[in-house]
Amino acid sequence: MKRIGVFLCHCGLNIADTVDIERVAEEIGQYPGVTCAVDYRYMCSDPGQQIIKDAIREHGLEGVVVAACSPSMHEATFRKTAASAQLNPYQCEIANIREQCSWVHQETKAEATAKAVGIVQTVVEKVRHNESLAPLALPLTKRAMVIGGGVAGLQAALDIADAGHPVILVEKEASLGGHAAQLSGTYLGLDTFPEILNSMIRRVQEHPHIQVQTQTEVQHAAGFVGNFTVEVQQHNSSASENCLSNPVTYTLDVGAIVVATGYELYAKEKLGEYGGGRYPNVVDGLQFEQMLALTGPTGGAVRRPSDGSVPENVVFVQCAGSRDPQFHKPYCSKICCMYVAKQAISYKKRVPQGQACVFYIDIRSAGKNHEEFVQRAIDEYNVLYLRGKVSKVFEENGKVMVWGVDTLTGVTVEVVADLVVLATAAIPSAQARDLAQRLRIAVDEHGFFTEAHPKLRPVESLTPGIFLAGAGQFPKDIPETVSQASAAAAKVLQLFSQRDMIQEPGIAWVDEELCSGCGLCIAACPYEARAMHQRLPVAVVHQALCQGCSACVAVCPDKACSVHNSDTAQMLAMLEALL
Amino acid sequence: METSQLRIPYFPGCTLNTTAKGFDTSLRASAQALGVELVELPEWNCCGATFPLLADNILDLAGPASVLVAAREMGERLAVACTTCYNVLRRTNLAIQTDEDKRQKLNLFIEAQYEGDLQVLDFLQVLRDEVGFEKVARTVKRPLTGLKAAAYYGCMVLRPASEVAYDDPENPRALDDLLMALGAEPIEYAHKGECCGSYLAVVSAQAAAEMTYSILSSAQKNGAQLIATNCPLCQFNLDSQQAEIGRRHTGYQTIPVLYFSQLLGIALGLDADDFDWEKHSVDPRPVLELVEPR
Repeated sequence: MKRIGVFLCHCGLNIADTVDIERVAEEIGQYPGVTCAVDYRYMCSDPGQQIIKDAIREHGLEGVVVAACSPSMHEATFRKTAASAQLNPYQCEIANIREQCSWVHQETKAEATAKAVGIVQTVVEKVRHNESLAPLALPLTKRAMVIGGGVAGLQAALDIADAGHPVILVEKEASLGGHAAQLSGTYLGLDTFPEILNSMIRRVQEHPHIQVQTQTEVQHAAGFVGNFTVEVQQHNSSASENCLSNPVTYTLDVGAIVVATGYELYAKEKLGEYGGGRYPNVVDGLQFEQMLALTGPTGGAVRRPSDGSVPENVVFVQCAGSRDPQFHKPYCSKICCMYVAKQAISYKKRVPQGQACVFYIDIRSAGKNHEEFVQRAIDEYNVLYLRGKVSKVFEENGKVMVWGVDTLTGVTVEVVADLVVLATAAIPSAQARDLAQRLRIAVDEHGFFTEAHPKLRPVESLTPGIFLAGAGQFPKDIPETVSQASAAAAKVLQLFSQRDMIQEPGIAWVDEELCSGCGLCIAACPYEARAMHQRLPVAVVHQALCQGCSACVAVCPDKACSVHNSDTAQMLAMLEALL
Repeated sequence: METSQLRIPYFPGCTLNTTAKGFDTSLRASAQALGVELVELPEWNCCGATFPLLADNILDLAGPASVLVAAREMGERLAVACTTCYNVLRRTNLAIQTDEDKRQKLNLFIEAQYEGDLQVLDFLQVLRDEVGFEKVARTVKRPLTGLKAAAYYGCMVLRPASEVAYDDPENPRALDDLLMALGAEPIEYAHKGECCGSYLAVVSAQAAAEMTYSILSSAQKNGAQLIATNCPLCQFNLDSQQAEIGRRHTGYQTIPVLYFSQLLGIALGLDADDFDWEKHSVDPRPVLELVEPR
């Protein structure tokens, strides 16, 4: 009979105060096959682990049960302990007598003790039937795809490529740079940004490890972390005019994907109360950027769209469509407070005699040097900040009339303006939802990509191997975008630093002798980890995708499916021990 | 006379039976000229004015609900002229359609089995969507050429937009388009949807006068010779406040405020003698004389 050691943890008083540990040790010591049963105050401590190692050597243990906290806490710890004493780590299992016993039965100690005995016995049965396994080594394609050629995509591509891995940068437009290429400058380092962006683009284009595919969109993605197959479609514009070129579709094998598809502005046409789309002299933030940009149609001269005159009075409306749960977007678009301050300063630099007026709800300038920048707009450039919302914008006699309220003085105001700039909400790019579906990653109610954890895993999607960067995840400014892009690249590099893809071995397998090839498991598998064999009439398991959930085991009419170390005989033995 | 007849049940409401008599007579006459047969509900009661929608007590909805039930017995649609009645009936209907609790209780109370399957339409909506402004334009016999008119919508057909609006609440067009079809020149101004003051005159004469003044002066500044509206309450406020405005603002020039149906009737070449001009504080007839005779 397999020689099994049981190690009971007091967890201080967490377990021992409710469960009579000595009693459990005594009873389990009598259980068939249990060679030794030892208890200790903190099994996870160094002396505790030493007890396990010594016992494995002393008694020649072939299996170990640690009765302690949840396996999500210390399974890895104790498996490592077992391995260091030359026991196969998959011969070590955890019996959870804390979360599932002592903590929930504090008032009924006798019953808790009896339940603990039952839990330990079932796990002893499991270990009795456990195989010795080894982690699986799966192939890994060390090439990354970056989707989106804005600041986020450029930065992620550069970081991955600089580390020596090939990158395919896919951009749907004809040129790189994204919305950043439309900007006249940034609020920190005002006028130098276009030059910086250009050198970034040049570096990407000239990089030996980066392949840039413009006018290209992702059609379909299959596979899994380390081994994705992505189908892309390229619209070729370089073909000569008299030859109509059809889009070219081809597939690319990559190991990781960075999604950096960025943002768009909420359509100003949706802001009827501000006359968006109705009046030419009511523009959005990016349109105004184009007026300020030296590379824009006016060469950086601020001109009214209606008549080309210099606007002497410009009103900026912040939170246009943001922070408006009733009619528009409930969230704060985050970038507007700062870019409006920048645009107001830029305007004042070009039209020093002009008046810039900003309607705001709050100024959110939380960032290094951000608050100082806004203060400079107020103090040095005499930008008039009015705290309150705008109720209506309309044209009269060639002027743009702005009705609003100044809540600090409590009066309604009418500003006669020449030009109104709506700082419209930032929303995900139009194709983001489609792309998310193709990549099988999640989006939130607004269409922003969902990160794996809002605090602790902000650059990973919920799909392993797909990472997020930039405003497609949520509006963010350039420094934050660059940070997230570098973080996503670091995650890719972490993946690529492995020799192979390592997979836990507790996954399904198919007994080809028994399998009749009915295919029920293919439909039952929630992870798309099942398929038919290429030639034989049997089902096969995609090892990288299988999560060991056992849905296939339940559905298989031939009893041909099994999960390593959770097979049917094992389960029945465990149940029998409990009942 | 057009041959194709459109037969539609009609709810006039109390205002069109009393203070806004001219709205009713001109509307009925115009409808007939356009081949629309308005069939007045044989028995009807008060729509409830704005009160049913303010109170939580759903029994207040029983009044408008029984109007809806009577209308449903006559057909699948109901044309309403008074904008307040339209607002109340349409929202009550929507409540019956979407709120199961209200539907059940109201049906029990008024002893009906009404599911809310009636279309409540504003008469302007009928003109736009059922008759069509093109047909209206074709039927015009006496175009209002050269007349600069300010369309004024008030709030009842625009808000709450998700429940009642058949037009863009921020930039309504229906009335402007109708005026254009009649040959008049609708002027652009910012106040076509600003509040007329509603019942504010009861509380503060000054506030009411100033609110109407800002609308009227904005229309005049943009060249309007008259104001065309679809709402009896707005018409009353905009029209009757002008005496008070004159006392407050030296040099104020009055401007007539008409129902769109009065202009429609004139443009269709109808006899306007019973359009109840005497009830207008500012007599519109001098301005209307600018229109070429038949």
